[in-house]
Amino acid sequence: MGISLSRAAQWTTASSGTGKLEFTPMNESLLREILHFVEQFGSQHPLEAEHAFEEPLQWSTTLVASDFKTDYDISDSAVQSRETDSKGRPLLQLSPPTVSVSSFSQLSKLVHVADAKKLEEVRACLEENRDPVVKILGRSFADVLEREDAHTDVDKVEEGDPANDSEVKAKLCLLLQNLDKQILSNLQEEISQRVTLDPTAVKSEVELLKRLCSEGEKRVLKSLRYTSDFEFANGCRSPPWRQVHGEMCYLVIETCDTETLHVTCSTTGVFINGGVKQEGEEESYERTSDLYEDLVTLLKSRSPHFAENINKQIQHVESVDGEEQGQPQRSYEQQEKNVHEKARQQHALNKAGGKKKYEPCQRWKNLGLLSACGKAEKKHSKSSGEEKKQRAEAKSKMKAEFPVSSSPGRLSSHKIKTSAGAILSELYSESSSESEEEEEQLERRPESNMDLPTEYWQIQKLVKCLKGGNQSTTVLTLCIMMDFNLMQETCQLAIRDVGGLEVLINLLDTDEVECKIGALKILRNISHNVQIRRMIVDLGSLRSIVKILDSPIKDLKAIAAETIANVARFRRARRTIRQHGGIKKLVKLLDCVPNLANLTADQEKDVEVARCGALALWSCSKSTKNKEAIRKAGGIPLLGRLLKSPHENMLIPVVGTLQECASEESYRIAIQSEGMIKDLVTNLSSDNNELQMHCASAIFKCAKDKQTRDLVREYKGLQPLVSLLAKAGNKQVLAAATGAIWKCSISMQNVAIFQEHNALEMLVGLLTDQPEEVLVNVVGALGEFAQIPANKVTIRKCGGIKPLVKLLTGTNQALLVNVTRAVGACATDKDNMTIIDQLDGVRLVWSLLKNPSADVQSSAAWALCPCIENAKDAGEMVRSLVGGLELIINLLKSTNNEVLASICAAIAKIAKDKENLAVLTDHGVVPLLAKLTNTTDSKLRHHLAEAISHCCMWGSNRASFGDAEAVAPLVGYLNSSDTLVHQSTTMALYQLSKDPNNCITMQEKGAVKPLIHMMGSNVEVLQEAAAGAVRNIRLLALAKSESYCFH
Amino acid sequence: MSDVSAMENRKLQELTDTLSKQPGHFNKTEIKCLIREFNELLGKMSILGRPSIQGFDRERFKRILCSNFGIKDSIMMDEVFRTFDKDNDDFVTVKEWIEGLSVFLRGTLDEKIKYCFHVYDMNSDNYISREEMLRMLKDGLPGLPTREEREEGIKELVEITLKRMDHDHDGRLSLEDFEKSVKEENLLLEAFGKCLPEYKTIEKFEQDVFQKQVEQ
Repeated sequence: MGISLSRAAQWTTASSGTGKLEFTPMNESLLREILHFVEQFGSQHPLEAEHAFEEPLQWSTTLVASDFKTDYDISDSAVQSRETDSKGRPLLQLSPPTVSVSSFSQLSKLVHVADAKKLEEVRACLEENRDPVVKILGRSFADVLEREDAHTDVDKVEEGDPANDSEVKAKLCLLLQNLDKQILSNLQEEISQRVTLDPTAVKSEVELLKRLCSEGEKRVLKSLRYTSDFEFANGCRSPPWRQVHGEMCYLVIETCDTETLHVTCSTTGVFINGGVKQEGEEESYERTSDLYEDLVTLLKSRSPHFAENINKQIQHVESVDGEEQGQPQRSYEQQEKNVHEKARQQHALNKAGGKKKYEPCQRWKNLGLLSACGKAEKKHSKSSGEEKKQRAEAKSKMKAEFPVSSSPGRLSSHKIKTSAGAILSELYSESSSESEEEEEQLERRPESNMDLPTEYWQIQKLVKCLKGGNQSTTVLTLCIMMDFNLMQETCQLAIRDVGGLEVLINLLDTDEVECKIGALKILRNISHNVQIRRMIVDLGSLRSIVKILDSPIKDLKAIAAETIANVARFRRARRTIRQHGGIKKLVKLLDCVPNLANLTADQEKDVEVARCGALALWSCSKSTKNKEAIRKAGGIPLLGRLLKSPHENMLIPVVGTLQECASEESYRIAIQSEGMIKDLVTNLSSDNNELQMHCASAIFKCAKDKQTRDLVREYKGLQPLVSLLAKAGNKQVLAAATGAIWKCSISMQNVAIFQEHNALEMLVGLLTDQPEEVLVNVVGALGEFAQIPANKVTIRKCGGIKPLVKLLTGTNQALLVNVTRAVGACATDKDNMTIIDQLDGVRLVWSLLKNPSADVQSSAAWALCPCIENAKDAGEMVRSLVGGLELIINLLKSTNNEVLASICAAIAKIAKDKENLAVLTDHGVVPLLAKLTNTTDSKLRHHLAEAISHCCMWGSNRASFGDAEAVAPLVGYLNSSDTLVHQSTTMALYQLSKDPNNCITMQEKGAVKPLIHMMGSNVEVLQEAAAGAVRNIRLLALAKSESYCFH
Repeated sequence: MSDVSAMENRKLQELTDTLSKQPGHFNKTEIKCLIREFNELLGKMSILGRPSIQGFDRERFKRILCSNFGIKDSIMMDEVFRTFDKDNDDFVTVKEWIEGLSVFLRGTLDEKIKYCFHVYDMNSDNYISREEMLRMLKDGLPGLPTREEREEGIKELVEITLKRMDHDHDGRLSLEDFEKSVKEENLLLEAFGKCLPEYKTIEKFEQDVFQKQVEQ
């Protein structure tokens, strides 16, 4: 608390005393941190919490005596705690409006008592106790805390402290110190997110001014230097507790005509400070001048000499017109001559609409802060992502990386990348890949020249040799380069930064096979790096690599394909490959004889090429269009042939590609018809987990089709799937296997076989402690298994109900759909239902009706039906769910037919209880149902008619349905082709026919004939209902004619 | 005329028979073609210069290497000549021609390793020394601006290469060193200079030579 309070908090008055804490977000979060600390303190450090403060903390509180409860002696308005310190003084004393507290345990109790006002209490406490640490620990300890290297000193103080509780004190001291550090670092992070003038801009300005220093008599400045050589990862040079104030660095500037200036560069601007030299005293940080927008403006106002000469210098340095300040257009033209393409493009970008937060003034740009300026702008032009980026930068400060502008290689790389190339890459970037692009922007490096690993310099030399070498030296150099650990990021980035990528890529277009192989070998390895992959694509090298796939030299083809496999990890790369016709060529590579017993050396190479081709296709197949392209190029039969290979390293990419592609209908059909299921099943029994996983997940995707499920059974694939369940350690395998079991268990014959292998027991065992992707599948499978009555019992006996119900509280929608389905299936068993009811499962299912996903809603509603049907005293249970019926009624306004059908089904069940039906009626169920009658969806019609027939049983609902014009459409249902619809409609019409007006409508609409037809049904209830309806209509007709005769 | 050609044919047949008894990668017809090609090249040469019966002298062989096999580096051509000319009589005879081409065109990796090692072992002392490497690579960095840089670069390359390939740490490369390195990284086969023809060149040469047979 010490440092952060005295230095970080923003007080209304700078002087100490009774200042107020300003209402700024930063103070707010600071308070919250402290509050959190205090709240936790009592429970986390009970011993230290009891320790009495040296001096009580006193402040005027808003709390009154009545706020306090037990443990306190309350007399009138005063309160005393029963806990006392060693001298018998109470640890908490309240005599309104003043409260004094002298232990952390009391503090945290007080905060607890204050409840909603706790933040205010903490604020008041801190405002009135500007040195809380001193009061808590006494002066000697507080001094230690203020110092940086307190850890060692604590012990010393301890020795000197006569008090026997010094150990507790020391601990307290450390705790406070930790809090301090934590708060500071949190604040620092927060602050770095809202920088307005950023370190890059300052740095570029400083760089430029430095150049102006060194020009002899004509110099504008004598000297300019930072106070600190150490630069933090976020680009700042000021100590962290000053960064909290937005200060980035301190400069000492010697001008030609004034005294030495000590300048602070902060995010809000630059100003003269009290003379910060090294790590200065606190006072020296204070602002002693106005705030200027940048260094030049400050210097101009301070030093007449500078103001006078600076314009001349500008002309002198770059021979740029002196008057451009107001003519940006012209200056841009001017720049075209001086500034290389890249920077210009950045300008264009900026002009086009990039929001500028800060830029050095126009003049400085013209002065040619080429790369630095361009970079700063690049950053600004992406201002939307900036905050995020900066945070990421702060986080990645540990990564040692290389300078951008200081390495010539990097610059040259920009030069090589012509505007055409850049435009190309821009064209290619689509909106969906923007997130990927952003990733790329994340890396920004500190620009110091230190800490470059030796590899960097070696690689730089080698790249130089590559550039200037003849064929043999090039090959030799490539070989040497391969000896570096190319999987290591430092090497990968070093190659890029010294311009090695461009050279390597150029080599791909030469005629020398060895050079190409060497270059590709290196590219293959370094393309494991995300940034390198992007750059390879940006440099347009995929065209060359794809072209190499046509080469007659097999080694070359293979390695090109492998490189593609690595590069094609992101969408833009995959698309580029397709656009260059790469998919066709890759498919061609697959053509080989994989399963001959004795291969010649040549054939073996073919197999290797095919393997690499499969690897590349695997990467490419993650794009839907590429899947299509592979199919069109005739890849499926070739993959099918390779599937018969006995080698795992071949099978993995092949099956990987197939399972990736199996998301497409066309592939699923082909996999089935080309007889690949058999091979997939065979490989399920491989001893390679990855292969097993891909096979299982291919089956998972394909088994949506009934025939495939049958094939899996025929080839005896079900048993190996079950045995994969034993691999509980490998979640990916487990997810794929359970997925395959789920889909296969849609066929009841398969379920029977699964049961033979005790799959159900194992699945129930997997209900706990599994990741969601496994759970979704396990629960899905349980839902299918539970369609067989015997299995419901098994699930219960294995203790599966409880974890299932527990899963109802999850948030994963796919999982919830499956869980509700499984719970619903289980609920059809009375004993299961008892357990579900005990676990309050119905309420959980019911509350899922509130889920925003229509799938979850409908699945939950379906699950409710058996629950209501089988629960003991269902009516009472439904009533006990407050607001439940309203929820159901509201869902009748849904636009999703599946939801509507399920809700209608649930209403039909609920309406069996008269009281509940009454409530439903009050909520207006009748008009809502009547409104739905115009639907053409058979399933909805079925359940709707059912709901209507059950809702007829209350009050004047029959007549209301008639008034709401529900009868005529219902009669129309009788012409539907669905027998289920016929049945429920007949029942509904029977109920409705008890109202005379409805009978008239029915007769008018011609209901009699189909009803008579229905009487011939072989379902007894239906016969009865149809007959009843006809009877009612007939009776009415008779009555009518009688009354007619009578008159 | 027909007598002469018949004579020649018979001679050719005999020569083919003897040469095909030696190990190599060519069948009889191919050997016949290669002998014919040898004679033809020799004939062409003899018109240009003085006739020679033993075979190609250094200059002619170098010219053939350059025009038919795309080996253009002067040092390498000399060394390849030395390797082909097994008996060191300064001529590549028809026997040496066939033997050499067997590796040159169709050699296995092991054969090529031995061949390349011999080429690079300039003084035939069974070691590739640092000096030999420097000589072979001396023009290796034509793209660097100054002479110092070129020399410095080559020196460094040679040092790193030696360090990498010298497995027994005796400061020079033995055949074993070389073999081991090349087995690890095939690209090192022609590390010190191009002494084998490119894939395309081989294809073209074989096609040309063996095609002639069919035509005749």
